[in-house]
Amino acid sequence: MSNVNVPHLLLSRHRWRWPEIAFWLAAFACLLMPSKHLILNEIAILALFALSLDLILGYAGIVSLGHAAFLGAGAYIAGLFAIHVNGDPLLGLLAAAAACGVLGFITSFLVLRGSDLTRLMITLGVALLLGEIANRAAWLTGGADGLQGITMGRLLGLFEFDLYGRTSFTYSLVVLFVLFLLARRLIHSPFGHSLTAIRDNPLRAAAVGIPVKRRLIAIYTFAAIYAGIAGALLTQTTQFVGLDVLSFQRSADVMLVVIIGGAGYLYGGLIGALGFKFLQDWLSALTPQYWHFWIGLILVALVLIGRDRPRRLLHSVQKYVTNRWQSLTGSKAAGSSTGGA
Amino acid sequence: MGVALQTLGLNKRFGGLLATSEVSFTLAEGARHALIGPNGAGKTTLVNLLTGVIPPTSGKVLLHGTDITRLSPDQRVRRGLARTFQINQLFPTLTPLDTLGLAMTERLGRGNDWLRTAGSHPGIAEAIAEVAERFRLTDVLTERTSVLPYGKQRLLEIAVAFASQPQVLLLDEPAAGVPESERHDILAAVAELPRSVSVLLIEHDMDLVFSFAERISVLVNGAMFAEGNAEEIANDPRVQAVYLGDAGHD
Repeated sequence: MSNVNVPHLLLSRHRWRWPEIAFWLAAFACLLMPSKHLILNEIAILALFALSLDLILGYAGIVSLGHAAFLGAGAYIAGLFAIHVNGDPLLGLLAAAAACGVLGFITSFLVLRGSDLTRLMITLGVALLLGEIANRAAWLTGGADGLQGITMGRLLGLFEFDLYGRTSFTYSLVVLFVLFLLARRLIHSPFGHSLTAIRDNPLRAAAVGIPVKRRLIAIYTFAAIYAGIAGALLTQTTQFVGLDVLSFQRSADVMLVVIIGGAGYLYGGLIGALGFKFLQDWLSALTPQYWHFWIGLILVALVLIGRDRPRRLLHSVQKYVTNRWQSLTGSKAAGSSTGGA
Repeated sequence: MGVALQTLGLNKRFGGLLATSEVSFTLAEGARHALIGPNGAGKTTLVNLLTGVIPPTSGKVLLHGTDITRLSPDQRVRRGLARTFQINQLFPTLTPLDTLGLAMTERLGRGNDWLRTAGSHPGIAEAIAEVAERFRLTDVLTERTSVLPYGKQRLLEIAVAFASQPQVLLLDEPAAGVPESERHDILAAVAELPRSVSVLLIEHDMDLVFSFAERISVLVNGAMFAEGNAEEIANDPRVQAVYLGDAGHD
């Protein structure tokens, strides 16, 4: 009975599996497709934004319909920083991260209490509020005309942002990868586990000694920083900020992305971003006027089928290939990952 | 013997209702103490006051002589006061392995650690294996909690609280709703709790109360009605009248 190897079980889950490695190899291989760099850059930024939402929605269970508040704040801060302070991209990234961290920390207290509906309304309200402020403060933000005149310095003092998006995509992809690694660490840490516990049952979470509010404040702040960085990347790689970065559409889209890719699963946001942009491209080429019709249909279908389907499908593909590989090579990694029963 | 948990003149008023009335109660170290009372006597309210889910209107709660009246539930757990719930309060998507690991990590004060892998803390794997063995959960450690049989969930409910390494453990009807065939495991697990843990059992089931408890307190209408050893309570005519009488005295 006690032949269960607990240390092995505990530590085996966070190991890198081959689909993950394949995913990132493929992502970096995209650098070899120069004609697609502009759209790939958009995808990488959307993926980071979705990763941010997934951290609070999928892991901690905080629903948000206003996540664009942080994307937009990061975008404007990065733009203003470049114009008024310093054109260095990495410094701008840090400035946006810091500012959004403060904004996330302050607004986190609003989402601590209340039902999902309360949280939806509060997050939506905060985003609307910021949107209107950006609109009114035209002297600072350019209002409806957008923030113009942003010129970025060279990345690391070496690489100029080119028209074809080569530097942009490389920059966004590397930032995404680094932040993904950090998020992956966090999710597999005791802190990350406690978030899932809070999502599952806040009452019991407190009864095993988890300081629920403090953990929620921490992850909300953390996610705000991620979204802010995504916004900064958007500004720096397009050298423009429009009011739409704070729009409801942005918040809704990123929610869609997380649903398409699967919530509560680190790759959900990344796969979702890829799927969403692909669908957007493909459907709008097919029927330019009706692409939202198809997106709507797909959304309804996805939710009815069950949101964790794509993830389970991926898991079974992984199992199948691993089994085939093992039977082909005859290797039997004793009781590794596939051990059921 | 020392005092593990104590209340001093505890009151809780909900509008016009006095749900807890001047309760002064002492749980000795290493105790096997049961709290009984008819429906609506205020047992659940008292548990919620002890664990900090609701604040008292007046009075104090002391844990090993320290005033914990103003501490939050999670702070009390980290001080060594854990509880189970009458209706399962588990983490459906986590496995028993993760659930137990979580409780232990928080007790070690390492729950904030966000750069280390969960389960990498030295000794934690062994500790989880030990608790799993004690509560007969070894065979289901890696299954999702939501798919476990009810009896196993009930065991996990106690195991999680035990994994917090409490000095005082409040068991709220541990065998509630468990089918006869799975009862034995739970009663055995409760009986085998080590003496280093002081236990307060809140229970309806008189067989369980009399087999487990060395001391019994009776709560009626929010107030302490009687207290004594099992024999005294069983033979107290007043208790029989208010409690055992209408519960179908055999």
